[in-house]
Amino acid sequence: MIRDITIGQYYSTDSLIHRLDPRVKLVGTLCYIISLFLINNWPGYIIATAFLFMVIALSRVPVKFMVRGLRAIVLLLIIAGVVNLFFTPGEELWAWKKLSITKEGITMASTMVLRLIFLIMGSSIMTLTTTPNNLTDGLEKGLSFLKIFKAPVHEMAMMMSIALRFIPILLEETDKIMKAQIARGADFESKNLIKKAKALVPLLVPLFVSAFRRANDLALAMEARCYRGGDGRTKMKPLIYKKADAAAYLVILLYMIACIYFGRIFKF
Amino acid sequence: MSIILDHVCHTYESGTDLKSDALKDVSFKIEDGEFVGLIGHTGSGKSTLVQHLNGLLKPTSGNIYFDGADINDSDYDRKNLRRQVGLVFQYPEHQLFEADVFSDVSFGPKNMGFDKKEAELTAYSALEMVGIPHDLFYVSPFDLSGGQKRRVAIAGVLAMKPRVLVLDEPTAGLDPAGRDEILSLIKKLHDENKITVILVSHSMEDVANYVDRIIVMNDGSVYLDDTPRNVFSHYRELESIGLSAPAVTYILGALQNKGFNVDTNATTIDEALHTILHALKA
Ligand SMILES: Nc1ncnc2c1ncn2[C@@H]1O[C@H](COP(=O)(O)OP(=O)(O)OP(=O)(O)O)[C@@H](O)[C@H]1O
Ligand SMILES: [Mg+2]
Repeated sequence: MIRDITIGQYYSTDSLIHRLDPRVKLVGTLCYIISLFLINNWPGYIIATAFLFMVIALSRVPVKFMVRGLRAIVLLLIIAGVVNLFFTPGEELWAWKKLSITKEGITMASTMVLRLIFLIMGSSIMTLTTTPNNLTDGLEKGLSFLKIFKAPVHEMAMMMSIALRFIPILLEETDKIMKAQIARGADFESKNLIKKAKALVPLLVPLFVSAFRRANDLALAMEARCYRGGDGRTKMKPLIYKKADAAAYLVILLYMIACIYFGRIFKF
Repeated sequence: MSIILDHVCHTYESGTDLKSDALKDVSFKIEDGEFVGLIGHTGSGKSTLVQHLNGLLKPTSGNIYFDGADINDSDYDRKNLRRQVGLVFQYPEHQLFEADVFSDVSFGPKNMGFDKKEAELTAYSALEMVGIPHDLFYVSPFDLSGGQKRRVAIAGVLAMKPRVLVLDEPTAGLDPAGRDEILSLIKKLHDENKITVILVSHSMEDVANYVDRIIVMNDGSVYLDDTPRNVFSHYRELESIGLSAPAVTYILGALQNKGFNVDTNATTIDEALHTILHALKA
C-alpha cells in the first residue's frame, strides 16, 4: 500500500560517481543548482544539459530512475509552465480574451520547466549514488568547520542519518498498523472528512507509541555500546580524498566557469 | 461453510526490480470447526497467506472462496468478511490505541455496526474469555504487562464474534508460561465456541499439542498438509527446510535405536510418556 513512496532512494551499483567522495557530490550538486540560476541564454542550457547527461551516463543509473523522481512534481511543472506561458507580458503572438501567449512567455515557461526538471534530476543523482550513511558522513565532515562556532555538527549528522534510517521502518509500521485496524473494521477510505480524521486516531496513536519505543530502544542500544557524542570519535571508514575526487572538483570548476562565461557574459 | 484457496499466487512489488514471489500456487480447503496449524520457516509466506484470508491482500492470481463466494468479487461485502474471519496480527499489542482497555476491545464491534449495548456486551465477554481481571478493564492498555496486552489485543478481535480465528504467531516473544496460557486459551475457544482456528507458528512444539492438521509452508508453497503424526514422520525433510519435529520425536527415535519398543509416531509429551511406560513395562 504505502510502500510505493520512495524518498532519497539509493540505486546500488558500482560506478565512477558512486565511488566519489560524498563531499564532492554535495559540492557538485550545490554548484549545479547555483549554475541553473546563473545561466540565462540557450548556450548555457546546452552546457547544463550536456553536463547532466554526462554525469547520468557515468553514474550507470538507468534514466528510468531519474525520471521517477519527476513524477512527484508533475503538477508543479504543469502549473509553472502554464502560468508563465499565459501570464507573462510582452510581444503578443496569440491572444484569446484575457489569455495571451507572448514570446517572452514561451521563453519564461520553457526555462522555468527546464530548471525545475534539472534541479530534481541533479539532486536525485546525488541521492541515487550515495548511501544515506555516506551522505551524512560527507555532511558531517564537510561542515566540520562550523565546530569553531560551537555548532553540534556531529549530533546533527547523527540525527539526520537516524531519521533517514527510520523512514522505511515507520512506513512499514504504518502499513502493518493500518492493516491490523482494517481487520478490526476501521475504515480509512471514507469520503467524509470528519470520519476520515477520526479514523486516523487508531493509526497515529500506535504509530507514535512505536516510534517512541524504537527511539528508546535505539538510545539504550547506543548507550550500551558507549556512544557519547562526537568528541574524539574515529571512523571505521574515514573519508579521504583520492585522485578521482580532485579531478571531479576540477571538472566542477571548469563547468562553473563555462556556465558563467557562455551562459551569462558571452554575447552571440 | 469453508475456506477454499484455489491456485493462489502473490507477488510483492510486481513490476519492479524488488519483486518477490511470496506465494506460489497455494491450494487447500479448510472446513468448519478445524484447528489448523500453519508452519514454516521465516519468510516462507505465512503472514502473506493469512492476510489473504480476510481480503487484506489480493492474490496476484487465483481465487479465495469463503462459504462458496469469491471474496475478491467487486460486490463482495469485505467488511462482513473481516467480522467473520478475525485476524490477530503478529505482535497485536502494538495496535492498541484507546485510553482504556474496555474501549479498545469495543473498537472492533463498534466498527462492525453493533449497537452500543451489544458492542459493550461482546467486549465484556471477550475480556472475560481471555482472562483479564475486572479491575484492569478501565486502566490504560499501555500500563499492562506484555502478556496482558497481547490478551487484550486478542480480545479485540474476539469481540467481533468471528467464526474463523486466524492468529499470526500469537506466542512470539512470550515466556513459556505465557505461551502455554495463550495456546490453551485458543484451544478452549476452539473446543467450547466451535470456532475454526488457524494458528501460524514456526515452532512445531507449539502446535503439536493442539492442532488436528498441519500445513507446512516452504518458500511460498505448501510442502506438507497432513495430521501432526504424519507430518512429523517426515522429520528429516522438515529439517531440510529449516524446521524440526518436536523434541519427543527425537527422544523416541533414539530410544528405538537403543532397542526399546516405543511408538515413534507419538507427537505430544503425554503420548510419549504413555508409550515409554508401555515399553518399560513390557
Ligand atoms: N510488504 C512487503 N513487501 C515486499 N515483500 C514482502 C512484504 N512482506 C513480505 N514480503 C516478502 O515476502 C516473503 C514472505 O514473507 P512473509 O512475511 O509472508 O513470511 P512469514 O512466513 O510470515 O515469515 P515470519 O515467520 O518471519 O513472520 C518474504 O520473502 C518477504 O521478504
Ligand atoms: Mg510472519
